[in-house]
Amino acid sequence: MNENELTIRNLNAYYGGFQAISNVNMNIPAKEVTAFIGPSGCGKSTFLRTLNRMHEEIEGARVEGSIELEGQDLYAHALNPAAVRRHIGMVFQHPNPFPSMSIRDNVLSGLRFNSISCKGEAGDDIVEWALRSANLWDEVKDRLNKPGVGLSGGQQQRLCIARAIALKPEVLLMDEPCSALDPISTRAIEDLILELKQSYTIVIVTHNMQQAARISQKTAFFNLTAVGEPGHLVEMGDTEAMFSHPNMPQTKSYISGQFG
Amino acid sequence: MSLLTLNSSATKAREGKHWFARTPHEMPETEETGKTVATIESLSRRRKLRSLLMNCVVVVSACVVVIPVISIFWTALTRGIAQLSPYFLTHNMRGIVGGTYPYGGIFHAISGTVEITGVTMLICAPLGIFAAIYINEYARRSRLSRLVVSAVNIMSGIPSILAGLFAYALFSLLSGVGTINGFVGVVALAVLALPTVIKTSLEAVSRVPDTLRESALALGASRSVMIRKVVLRTALPGLVSAVILAIARIIGETAPLMIAAGIVDNTNFNLFSGRMMTLPAYIYNEYSQGLATCPTAHVASLMPCDPQIRIERAWAAALVLILLVAVFNAVGHWVARRSMAGSRHS
Ligand SMILES: Nc1ncnc2c1ncn2[C@@H]1O[C@H](COP(=O)(O)OP(=O)(O)O)[C@@H](O)[C@H]1O
Ligand SMILES: [Mg+2]
Repeated sequence: MNENELTIRNLNAYYGGFQAISNVNMNIPAKEVTAFIGPSGCGKSTFLRTLNRMHEEIEGARVEGSIELEGQDLYAHALNPAAVRRHIGMVFQHPNPFPSMSIRDNVLSGLRFNSISCKGEAGDDIVEWALRSANLWDEVKDRLNKPGVGLSGGQQQRLCIARAIALKPEVLLMDEPCSALDPISTRAIEDLILELKQSYTIVIVTHNMQQAARISQKTAFFNLTAVGEPGHLVEMGDTEAMFSHPNMPQTKSYISGQFG
Repeated sequence: MSLLTLNSSATKAREGKHWFARTPHEMPETEETGKTVATIESLSRRRKLRSLLMNCVVVVSACVVVIPVISIFWTALTRGIAQLSPYFLTHNMRGIVGGTYPYGGIFHAISGTVEITGVTMLICAPLGIFAAIYINEYARRSRLSRLVVSAVNIMSGIPSILAGLFAYALFSLLSGVGTINGFVGVVALAVLALPTVIKTSLEAVSRVPDTLRESALALGASRSVMIRKVVLRTALPGLVSAVILAIARIIGETAPLMIAAGIVDNTNFNLFSGRMMTLPAYIYNEYSQGLATCPTAHVASLMPCDPQIRIERAWAAALVLILLVAVFNAVGHWVARRSMAGSRHS
């Protein structure tokens, strides 16, 4: 049942002369939650950003290797990075709704950026659908024209998720989406992720082992041999297996260290 | 008020009565408690003295800042209000002789100031904002943007009289020696306004967090869409203040306009031909001429004459200038507020 959504082969990523990740091979299954764990600086964010071609937006940054989404090479010459990003949405660590826009306009921003018509009722439908999908509709339906930045941190993060899924992407990338949130908001986002995995392939970076165990079906452990060396993928497998009996000793020590 | 309360608590401290030592009914002090209270007290007295001193400094410096501002407004208001009338605002100085009635007005100076300042900003606002966008969004660390930034820094130090001379010299070369008109004034003011616009809008644009740019790109926005729909929209209040600041910078300029646009009595709407009066030039011109001549008392009884009229006109014009700046400010803030999300519908 699990065809691979994303296939990554021999991936290297660089910041100018500095290699941040080295030779990653990975299959990310469709309609499941895949968690990336590992110590800070091992390249989790960098790797995540290569998946929707955001890495290349940084000056001097480049990528080698191949990433395929349902067989289509994301780094093919003819492909516009904007098209890739429409299909692979992203949620950032700090909730960042556009401050000049209302809640409604935030949800529709992706469509507007891509000149997709969303006027009048069609727009209303998309707004309601996206906000319902992000479990936010009931909380904001009476103030859709109020600024998005007036919401609480957890609501803002769900607004950012609604903004990303309004474009109906196949994949959602999340880089520590709960690390700036309180436990209750974190719980709300985790519940949401579990619902969203019915319809989307989700890749999440997290520092929280319990979170990875709670919400993910697959876990990938990244590590780096020394500071200044590139990060690499140590192993990847079913979350349960990874947490109960990992293959590699360093995975075991990282996971158990984190559990204390 | 705060000074008073501080003072009284300081006095109490000097009397050796601390909040933790004082009781509604004074307790007799034992030898030991008296000692600890004394050491703590000396410490605390120093602290209170320092806080009192700081308070004085803050209050005094606040006064130093506020008093001149209030005093300027007050003087302009009280001295300018006498001559301010619909007649004064709608007439120019054509055919006004000495101090005899009718006293003339400033319509030509208002229209000149509005036209010259407006056209200057029509040129400088887009130019300056484009420059800021280029520097911040397209060429953050390029040699060209470093060059533009240092050019801006040098330009913002140019004395305004030099800007006037520059514009005058430029047009003497381009369209004949001695060309003086509104547009020469526009060029002089543009030299002064452009660095302000660039600097302030660069600040506004660079305050837009990078995470917003990233979010826009991650939603499939192209670079130009990201700049238009996110960067410019988010920076808009800052960009409006950039324009307001630049207007405030140039609207009171006198010397460059006297050189480049000249001084004239009649109303001239044509930027490209003939001298054009402006409010600051009007104020200077009136004030510098001092007392007006009046006919002998016998004739004056037939026709009113005010020897102080030039000074009064200068103050009335100054009041109008201040009000004009206030109006620009209000309009700017209104535009900025209106453009923010949420306030449109609710
Ligand atoms: N914009 C950047 N420019 C240069 N080096 C970077 C940049 N971002 C991250 N790095 C470096 O790349 C490595 C991996 O970083 P990152 O992917 O953020 O790690 P993680 O998300 O696992 O903590 C780190 O050594 C970091 O210093
Ligand atoms: Mg990271």
